[in-house]
Amino acid sequence: MINIIDVWKGFGPNKVLKGVTLKIEKGQTMVIIGRSGCGKSVLLKHIIGLMKPERGKIEVFDNDITRINEQGMQTIRKRFGMLFQGAALFDSLNVAENVGFFLFEHTNMKKNEIMRIVSEKLKLVGLSGVEHLMPSDLSGGMKKRVGLARAIAASPEIIMYDEPTTGLDPILAANINKLIKELQNKLSLTSIVVTHDMTSAYAIADRMAMIYDGKIIEVGTPEEIRNTSNPIVQQFITGSAEGPIISD
Amino acid sequence: MGYLVERIGKKIIAGLDELGRITSLLQQIIVQGLKKPFNTKHFVQQMVKIGVDTLPIVSLMSIFVGMVLGYLAYLQFKIVGLEMYTGSLVAASLTMELGPVLTAIIVSGRIGSSTAAEIGTMKVTEQIDALRTMATDPIKYLAVPRFYAALIMLPILTVFADIIGMFGGYMIGVWKFGIRHQIYIQKSIDFLDPIDIINGLVKTIIFGGLMITISCYKGFTASGGAEGVGQATTSAVVLSIMTVLVSDYLLTMILY
Repeated sequence: MINIIDVWKGFGPNKVLKGVTLKIEKGQTMVIIGRSGCGKSVLLKHIIGLMKPERGKIEVFDNDITRINEQGMQTIRKRFGMLFQGAALFDSLNVAENVGFFLFEHTNMKKNEIMRIVSEKLKLVGLSGVEHLMPSDLSGGMKKRVGLARAIAASPEIIMYDEPTTGLDPILAANINKLIKELQNKLSLTSIVVTHDMTSAYAIADRMAMIYDGKIIEVGTPEEIRNTSNPIVQQFITGSAEGPIISD
Repeated sequence: MGYLVERIGKKIIAGLDELGRITSLLQQIIVQGLKKPFNTKHFVQQMVKIGVDTLPIVSLMSIFVGMVLGYLAYLQFKIVGLEMYTGSLVAASLTMELGPVLTAIIVSGRIGSSTAAEIGTMKVTEQIDALRTMATDPIKYLAVPRFYAALIMLPILTVFADIIGMFGGYMIGVWKFGIRHQIYIQKSIDFLDPIDIINGLVKTIIFGGLMITISCYKGFTASGGAEGVGQATTSAVVLSIMTVLVSDYLLTMILY
């Protein structure tokens, strides 16, 4: 479904991705782990075409999105949902308008039909009756859940989560993990999750991949990752200060 | 010396690069604006923000500018015994130059700053990326309604500025200095050429388009959090006002 082949990206002299290759199958939850600033979010932005690689190829739904124009990319993006790290809710719109944004903009559905879907999705993320609130009225956890409701509102085929549990308390983080897993089971979505929260990663992953020094250094099931002999992966997943990863 | 030349050269190249990018954004706004669907709701919201909400400050500025113009014109004309022409000078100055330029400067300060800050905040908080992931073009969604609202509301604000300014001049000329009402009005009308009024309004349409494009550009290119948004806002206002003044000179050369 998604095939990333030898992708390179840099920002000035700082090379973030140095030949990333990764395949994500349909219906799979792929968790991409790695240190902060290692290029996980940059990779996510490449998959949805927000960034273009300097080199390499990204195939999504059998289209090479590195060669596609913006209009073609918009058609592909309609099949995606994305939860941003800071939720990225639109400040000027209330919760209902945020969640129903895609439906208001890209469908001919009637307002009451959209509002019914909005309420349904909000209920799914455990937030009923907040439709009229503005993003500034919400706590961090609520924003993230509204962001999640917005991401699934248009029933996407692929959903991407950028640090879904960062900044949340452990109980809320566990709820979000449960929610991601439930959505996965109910809607059979293909999910890509970027995180450095190992508890979250083990809880939701079908497969995991670790980025280090601009490359994917290990791919496998959570069990395979847990038992890997790669010292870099071991240091990261155990959160050890000692090892081959040098602290900045 | 070599270092200085190098620095000046770099500044010129950066300036030209920015000019090219702003022109490219202007072109994209026009192209996207021609494509369906047109976001009427946002367009109306922006018209209210640019027009209705800005009218009180434009009115306040105009009435005082008109009063000052009337006062100074009367004092100068009185020396040569031509004080009945006070209204003519007020009307001509306002419609040809001061109305359009001062309105554009006020709008640049008020709307230019809010546009750059709003879009800049959306940029640094990933809201622009969120728009794109939901297959919505940020230029079409954010810049196009603002652009067309500015094109329409700037001339309307200018008409108000002209009328209110002329009323300010009238108050000083007639009520304070005792010029006869009929003479003041007649002399004002005699010197008002419809072409001059239209040229003044054409100027404001161009000022509005340039100001909003620059402000949107500064917002879309903001980076680095609150500080970056602050810088984008400041430079949007400064560059918009400078552009209004430079283009005013060029347009005056062309139109008059």
